[in-house]
Order: sequence, then structure tokens, then C-alpha cells
Amino acid sequence: MTEELHPVRLVVNETAYDIRVPARRLLSDALRQDLGLTGTHVGCEHGVCGACTILVDGKPMRSCLLFAVSAVGVEITTVEGLTNADGSLGPVQQAFAECHGLQCGFCTPGFLTTITAGLRDNPDPTHDEAREMIAGNLCRCTGYQNIVKAVERAAVLGAES
Amino acid sequence: MKPAPFAYTRPGSLAEALATLAGDPDAKVLAGGQSLVPLLSMRLAAPSALVDINGLPDLDGVTVTASGVRVAALARHADVLASAEAAAVQPLLAMALANVAHPTIRNRGTTVGSLVHADAAAEMPVVLSLLGGSVDAASTAGTRTIPAAELYVGPLQSSLRHDEVAVSAFFPALAPGAGVAFEEITRRQGDYALCGVAALVDGASVKVGYLSVSDVPTVVDLSGIPVEEMGEAALAHLEPADDIHATADYRAHLVRVLTTRVVRSAYDDARGRR
Ligand SMILES: Cc1cc2nc3c(=O)[nH]c(=O)nc-3n(C[C@H](O)[C@H](O)[C@H](O)COP(=O)(O)OP(=O)(O)OC[C@H]3O[C@@H](n4cnc5c(N)ncnc54)[C@H](O)[C@@H]3O)c2cc1C
Ligand code: FES
Ligand code: FES
Repeated sequence: MTEELHPVRLVVNETAYDIRVPARRLLSDALRQDLGLTGTHVGCEHGVCGACTILVDGKPMRSCLLFAVSAVGVEITTVEGLTNADGSLGPVQQAFAECHGLQCGFCTPGFLTTITAGLRDNPDPTHDEAREMIAGNLCRCTGYQNIVKAVERAAVLGAES
Repeated sequence: MKPAPFAYTRPGSLAEALATLAGDPDAKVLAGGQSLVPLLSMRLAAPSALVDINGLPDLDGVTVTASGVRVAALARHADVLASAEAAAVQPLLAMALANVAHPTIRNRGTTVGSLVHADAAAEMPVVLSLLGGSVDAASTAGTRTIPAAELYVGPLQSSLRHDEVAVSAFFPALAPGAGVAFEEITRRQGDYALCGVAALVDGASVKVGYLSVSDVPTVVDLSGIPVEEMGEAALAHLEPADDIHATADYRAHLVRVLTTRVVRSAYDDARGRR
């Protein structure tokens, strides 16, 4: 049996991509395999780890729990879309670099997208709110202390810019 | 792992969705996908077709009146939690929703989807049962209202038929003078609870709902029992079980401790509203 392919238009980081995918193609796989945007990482593939988190109309969601065919009519932002217009690191990325917020980097794309949206909702988080912001993301290198510092540093960088 | 192949439709009208479901007994509704997609990816479910209801019009609102809160099928947990009007009319909604997964999951998962998924470890089925709410279900045969007391029939089993779409749920308002409270214990914030307790008190009437300590969402009437003994009395109606997260004994202990604590908070809540 050949699987039916569905035409899908995905709008990712302000660029429209027209692809043909089977209905069961996870959005995480479509981003990585069909679009070549390999910044989005896939860890658990059942919603628990947060590595695949992207922004859908600005809100963080798990790309491994969405089907590409269902992601129509929305604007998707991946980690590739978090840099500044001139290509330099965005505030959350810059903060991770400064605070040593990553070790192997596998979990990092999901943290960056989650924190970007979190700081938009709450630009000046308390220490507890910074911890809460990342509670749904796992880091196997367990560098959480520095990730929390990076949230707080990103808030400062965001306020300055 | 990846899901097995399935046919996919994204109907533009409810009538079309219902006709597709009526024509294929193995088809399943796709709402937020936050429970269904993991089941598909782990191949614990392999429906012939998914009927994606995310494109249906007029199904995404939270409507608040003096009598209660009506949550439409596509309202996300986050939408319900964000509604100050809903929290004012029925405060237990926000108290419980803040414990449903993480914000990222709440941005996509629907409250109605959670209700019909009928997981005894989930918060909202217990809330609906405790409040005596209901779910409205549509099929090609028409629309019916299913009271919470008739919705939960077994583990992960609701009385919703395969050809029905749950179009909305109704959570009754808090009566004047009544109070509510919610608390759960989790290994990590946002995880499913080891034990969760919701209480509704109104004068001498005390009703308490439990999650993660029985096969189905369970509500126990504890009116007339001294508050320190309520947890022990409730255990006669519950079946706490061992799993990798906690022992049955520990869960029973949580039932005793949380019941007293949550019933007291519900009375505080009632006093605070006077
Ligand atoms: C990491 C993680 C943690 C979670 N933690 C919690 C938690 O702590 N507490 C909790 O309660 N939940 C938790 N969830 C589950 C979450 O709340 C889901 O959103 C919810 O259970 C299902 O809603 P959904 O819209 O995603 O439904 P889907 O996954 O789309 O569907 C679930 C089931 O219900 C059926 N269905 C859904 N909507 C309808 C409808 N309108 N009519 C007919 N059938 C329908 C589907 O066919 C399917 O069988 C968690 C999920 C994840 C991934
Ligand atoms: S890969 Fe999506 S949450 Fe882990
Ligand atoms: S930096 Fe290695 S998993 Fe987080």
C-alpha cells in the first residue's frame, strides 16, 4: 500500500514551505526531515522532555505531539527563528552563551523557545518564576542552575534592548 | 516510534465530521492530541482514520453565565485557566487546571478532550464529577447531554460512543455559601499526581473527589463524618495501587492527609467568600 500524501503549507520563521507528507508525519519530523530545519531536537517523542518545543502563533507547544497536516494556518517559530534580524544571537541565546546554560546542547532548542515565550508573558520573572518557566523541560546534563541564571540574564538583556 | 498509517480528514463543518465518524467505526477524533498522539506514536492505538476537529468553526469558546461555565470542544486548558470570569463563577476550575501538566501541554490540550479521555489520573474528570457537570455529545442521530455520573464507566473508558463528538462540557457555578479546594502531590511539578483531592463543601454537605487512587474518577460523600476521619472513611471507596511512582500504602497515606487538609481549605474558602 502506498501511503496517501497530503499537500501542506507550513509557515516557519516567516517563510512558507509547501511539502507533501503522509498524515502520520509528526511536525517535529517534518521540520527536521522535510524542511531541513534540524535545530528542533527530538528526545522522548511523547511530550515529556520538551526538546522539540516550538512556538505556534507565539505559544510554546510540543512539535512531537502535532501532525504536520494539522499545523496549517498558523505561524511556527523554531530555534532557527530566534536570532536577531542581523544574524546575531537573540537575547535568550546570548544569555545561554554567557551563563554556560548548555553542556551537550541537546535540550537547548526547547529551552530557548520556551523561555522566549515565557519572557514575553513575564519580562521580569522572580527567581521562582524563572524556575517555574522551565519546569516542563528536561536536561540530561542537569545544568538547571545555569539555565535558571540564563533566564534571569535574558530578562536583563531583553530589558536593555 | 512513529504512528502507524491512518487516513486523515479535517472537516470544515460538524455535520461532515459526524458523517465521517458514523461511516467508520475505527475512526477517532483528534483534538489537542496531547493524549492521543503519544498513544499513536507508542502504537498503543492504531485507528483507521483521524477526524481532526481543529478546523471546526464555533467550537473554541469559554462561555460564562451565572449558572456555570460552558467549555467548548476546542477551548484549550490554557484558555479556560486564563478566564477570570470562569474562575469567579466556579473557582475549582482554575485551582485544578493549574495542576494539569505544564503550560506547554495546556496550550494545545483541550479540557473537553481530557474529560472524554477519562483518565482516572487526570484532574478535570474528577472536577466535572464532583461538581455534577455534564458533557454534550453530537452524532448524526442528534445531540444528547451526558451527566458526569454516567460518563465514566471504566479505566480510560467513557460512555461517549465512537460516532459522537463531545461538543462542550458544562461546569455548574459555585453555590452561594459553598466552598472548594484542590490539592495534589506529584513527584515533579506538572507530573500526573500520586494522589489528588478536590473538595466541595456547602454547610454540612461534604463531597470529595479523588484522582490517581482508583480506576475511575471517584466522588465520595463524607457528610457527617469528623474531618480527621474522613480520609479513612473515603478509603473504603478507593483502590490505591502500587506502581513505579508510589506504593499503595503511600497513596493511602496521602488520601488520609490530603482529605483532612483539603476539606479544611474548602471551609476556609467558603468563609472567605462571605
Ligand atoms: C507530558 C504530558 C503531561 C500531561 N500531564 C497531565 C496531567 O498532569 N493531568 C492531566 O489531566 N492531563 C495531562 N496530560 C494530558 C492532557 O491534559 C491532554 O490534553 C488531555 O488529556 C487530552 O486532551 P486533547 O485535546 O489533547 O485530546 P486528544 O489527545 O486529541 O484526544 C484524547 C482522546 O479523546 C478523544 N477526544 C478528544 N476530544 C474529543 C471530542 N471533542 N469528542 C470526542 N472525542 C474526543 C480522542 O479521540 C482520544 O481518544 C499530559 C499530557 C502530556 C503530553
Ligand atoms: S521530543 Fe517532544 S517532548 Fe520530548
Ligand atoms: S545540555 Fe545536555 S541535555 Fe541539556
